[in-house]
This record gives sequence, C-alpha cells and structure tokens, in this order.
Amino acid sequence: MPELLEVEGLKTEFNTADGIVKAVNGISYSLDEGEILGIVGESGSGKSVSVLSLLQLLPQPPAFIKGGRAMFAGRDLLKMTTKEIQSVRGNQIAVIFQDPMTSLNPVLKIGKQIGEALQLHLGLSKQQARQRSIELLNHVGIPMAEQRVDQYPHQLSGGMRQRVMIAMGLSCNPRLLIADEPTTALDVTIQAQIIELVRSLQEETGMAVIWITHDLGVVAGLADNVIVMYSGYMVEYAPVDDLFEDPRHPYTLGLLTSLPDVEEDTATELNAVRGKPPDLTKLPPGCPFAPRCDYVIDKCLADNPPLLQIGKANHLAACWVDIIESEKT
Amino acid sequence: MTAPKALVEVKDLKKYFPVRKGIFRRETVQVKAVDGVTFDVFERETLGLVGESGCGKSTTGNTILRLHKPTAGTVSYDGVDLSGLQGEELRQMRQHVQMIFQNPYASLNPRLTVGQIVAEPLHTFRSDMSSREREEKVQELLRLVGLSPAFINRYPHEFSGGQRQRIGIARALALEPAFIVCDEPIAALDVSIQAQVVNLLRRLQKQLGLTYLFISHDLSMVRYISDRVAVMYLGKIVEIAEKKTLYHDPLHPYTQSLLSAVPVADPKRERSRQRIILKGDVPSPVNPPQGCNFNTRCPLVFDRCFVEEPELREAAPGHWCACHLVE
Repeated sequence: MPELLEVEGLKTEFNTADGIVKAVNGISYSLDEGEILGIVGESGSGKSVSVLSLLQLLPQPPAFIKGGRAMFAGRDLLKMTTKEIQSVRGNQIAVIFQDPMTSLNPVLKIGKQIGEALQLHLGLSKQQARQRSIELLNHVGIPMAEQRVDQYPHQLSGGMRQRVMIAMGLSCNPRLLIADEPTTALDVTIQAQIIELVRSLQEETGMAVIWITHDLGVVAGLADNVIVMYSGYMVEYAPVDDLFEDPRHPYTLGLLTSLPDVEEDTATELNAVRGKPPDLTKLPPGCPFAPRCDYVIDKCLADNPPLLQIGKANHLAACWVDIIESEKT
Repeated sequence: MTAPKALVEVKDLKKYFPVRKGIFRRETVQVKAVDGVTFDVFERETLGLVGESGCGKSTTGNTILRLHKPTAGTVSYDGVDLSGLQGEELRQMRQHVQMIFQNPYASLNPRLTVGQIVAEPLHTFRSDMSSREREEKVQELLRLVGLSPAFINRYPHEFSGGQRQRIGIARALALEPAFIVCDEPIAALDVSIQAQVVNLLRRLQKQLGLTYLFISHDLSMVRYISDRVAVMYLGKIVEIAEKKTLYHDPLHPYTQSLLSAVPVADPKRERSRQRIILKGDVPSPVNPPQGCNFNTRCPLVFDRCFVEEPELREAAPGHWCACHLVE
C-alpha cells in the first residue's frame, strides 16, 4: 500500500502558568492508505495532542508546535495556511471526538450540520445536501433517518450522536479518519456497535483510520499497527499481534499484565505498575518511565533511549534493556 | 460446610424519582431507577454489581446506605432493618456501613488537610478520643492504605488520582466498618493505577474481614475482584450467580451479549470471538417496555416476552435468572 501520512519529529509544547508542558516530544511514524493505526496511552501521554497538532486544531497559543513535519499526500500539513488546512479538514481528513454532545452544535438540526460540509467541500445545493444527509444517516445505521435529519442533538442518545459524528466525518469520503477516543463515553454494548460500524465502513471505503484510545482491548480487535505512548514519547511501535504477544517495552508489558481478562481467570494479584506518571513540566533527564520501571539500570536515569528496531521488522521499542534477557531489578 | 451468613439482605427494593413539570411543579411521571431488586451480600464476600449507565446500580448502592429513602422494600444489615430507621438510630448505624466514591476529585473537601479528612468520622463518632489518639489512628490508617503518615498536613490537590482514592479509602475505614459500598472506585483512574487500587481493596478485605458491594461497569475487573456477580438492566436484576458460573455459563441473553461486547487484550482471540451485537439503546426508565424490559433489544425475543414479565428464578443452586427461556 502507498504511504498516506508521514510524521517526522513532531514536537508540541504548551505554555502554562506552571511552566512549559512538553506534551509531545519528537514522534515519527507513517501510515499507509487503508491502514488502521491504534495509538494507546494514558491521560497526559500526548496521544490526542500528537494527532490534533497535525490538523492545526490546537489553539496557538497556548500550544506551540516546536518542530517536525507531517507529509499528507505529498504536502506538509504543518506548513499549510489556515485556508489550505480548512480545505483538508472535513474533506480528506475527518475527525470524530470523544464527546459527541460537545462537538455537535446544540442549536442546529442534525441535517444542517452534516450538510454544511457537503455544501462547502462538494458544492452541493441545500436540497442535494439534505438528501445526501439522509442517505448518510441511513448508512451509519440510524433508523428513521428522514425524521432524525430534522432533530436536534439533544433528542438523540450518546450512541446515536456518535453515529451522527461518523456520518459527518464520512460525508466527503475522507482518505483518513481520525477517531479520538470515540467510544470512551459510551457503554460497552454501544461501543461494540460503533467499532463494528467503523470496521465495516473502513472495509467498504478503504480509508485509513487512526484510532486513539486508552483501552488495549479495543486496539487488539481493530488495529493493524499500534503505537504506545508515555509522557509524550513513543515507547513502542509494532504490528498488533507482535505487540500483544511479544511486548518489548517495560511499560507495555506492565499495562498488559495489569489488566484482568473477561474471558479468563486471573489467579494471582494484578501486576500493578507502581508510582504515577511524571509531571510533564519536569521530565527527568533520562527515560521518563525509569522511576516506575522494574528493569531500570543506571543508564536509564541519565540518557533517554531512542526508538530503535528490535529483532523483527517493523517492531520498535525505546528501552536500553532487553527485557526478554534481563531479570527484574 | 456451614451456609454463608447474609450480612446485608435487600428485599424488593424500589427507588422511584419524581419528575416535576409545569408551573405548579406537578408530579407528572416517575423515573423507576431501581424497580424491585432482591439479593443478599454474604459476610466477607465481594458481590459485584454490574450494568450499563442508567441501569440503577449506583442508586441501588446509595439506597442501601440510606443516602436515598427507598420508595418500597427493605434493606437489613446484620438483622436490623435500615429502611425504617430515622434520626439518631440511623446515624449510629452509619458507622458500620461506609462508601468509597467514584470521583476522588469531588469526594474530598479541598479546604481540609488529609489528616482532617480522615479524622472527620472520628470527630463525629468517637468524640471520647483524645487528639493524640486521633492523630495516631489517622497515621495508622494512612499506613494501612499505603500512604506516608508524613502527608497528614497536605491538601488533596497535591495528590494524584490514585493517591486521592487511597485517602478516600482511609476515611471509609476510620470507623472500622464491616460493609463497604464501592461505587465505581476505579472508573476515574488511569489503567496503570487501577490495578494498584484494586490490589489494595483485596488486601484490606483479607486483612480486616470486610464485605464489599463492588459497583462497576468494568466486567473484567469485576471478574477479578468478585465472589458473586449480579447483573442489572433498567432497574432490575436479570441474573445473579457465583462468578465462575456467571462468566462461564451466562443464562440471560443480556449477560451473554454484555460479556461478548467487552474487548479482550488479545488480537488472536479478538478475531475469532463471536460478538452478540445488541441493536438500539437502553429504553428510558420513565417508560420501560411492558413485559420483559429487555424485549426491545433481545436477540431471542418471542411472544411471551411482550406480555409477561419474567421473574427472577433459581435456575441452578445459587444461579438466579429472569428470562422466559430459562425455566
């Protein structure tokens, strides 16, 4: 598959009253056409910021993109003018967010909000846009679309609102759909519906998807490749099977062993990752995970390890220690 | 083997909230948040109470502790009926039953120090303690939950979410209660911190002989921590069983679909798993469907489900289910 997006050395900082928050510290990855990439991390790991930076969706200030480039279909997204990026957003790249209530306009009818992008990017008339909106609502599984199109967001449930967001996102046949924790606010049975919907739409349209989440289970069932982030750094990147079978970063390993399984009994105590995530205004000089790591050696405290290929092709980890060979310290 | 003793007995508990409308605030309809639930919590066990948002699981917990007055039904703790208690009697009872809340940011007073927060129940109920004794007790409680006693003069904002949850646990333990309702105690925490708090709760249970009602929407964590599990849907209990039975052999179609919807962190199993994807949303508890309240989403629905409400029946010893397909 040809490459669709290439991010290189992206760095984003926030100026706050408490000092400079280093949210994203130089991350690089690429995404092929039709690929589903999962980005996993806890709150404050920079998983959302790293993607919102690409689309210039962060208010500057307080955010500052300090470096890097993001080539999308041959053009650098970070260098685009406001007008240029507007013609990409909602058209070639669509975004759906965690909370569909705050990302929909409460005083506009559903049909009007979906139609907006159609009129703007595809030049449809009002009538055509309305017709197409009804088709899209049908497509994402909203019953009675003819009536729903004239309703307001508060008249829909959370799951329905997320379907509306997806319909909006898909309206211009994007090449890339960015989903920023789209199921975190939803119940598990509704989450299953939304994941199934996105998966079938992806197969049908061949678009690429970046799915940001804190839930390793969701990524396991959906993604082709996975990035694990910790305090603004990529700590591991691997094809999904490799990551879960053969994790090479102590943080990834810690996360995987701290999760109980719904299908299997966990006999022993959960293997909790000790301590807490670092303060992003005062990152330690070495590896950011070192204070919580079971494999820490002296070198970890002084130098931050780069992301390097380990063993297999396409499997990268940022760790000085080979956790397969080493004993826990 | 002796039969386990029921520490808390909940019988046909109902909690309806009125919805008032119009300029006269006339009561128009009622939200049936909890609509007749019956279960026991045995001494020293953890009963998991699971369900989706709005199913009434938190209201059940709150009503058991008399944070709400029940609309109907009884709750008895160690043989004493809590639902009828008032005034001083109710106040005295509160020592024995405590709660750990979901949001560790909202459940601690930001203007009190950690020491004051944990000592507050002692001020209320153990007024005979000297301030010296109280301070020693607070330090002991902090050590018990894995916090340094040196934190005693710090304020909640100086702590992370996991540490704040530990402060809330220390406060709940101050009066040495036997029964604790844990209302989504890990839902607001990061994944890597959740295991720390759950391990702590398990350790404390063993050490102090506590009984838990563990309310959660996280079915994997409930499997880990519980002895028995009850599943709620729209204000009713649809199934209740030993943990192993419920997860291996769920009988109710709702339990089956709920379990199949939970993602597992294993790509190979994920690809081969059969998911039962429910249609539609949970109906409004103001106007629940006639008959079985799951009939709008059930994949196995048939005629009888629309006319007759299934009762919670014992399908096998200790395994209760409310479904017409399970007789």
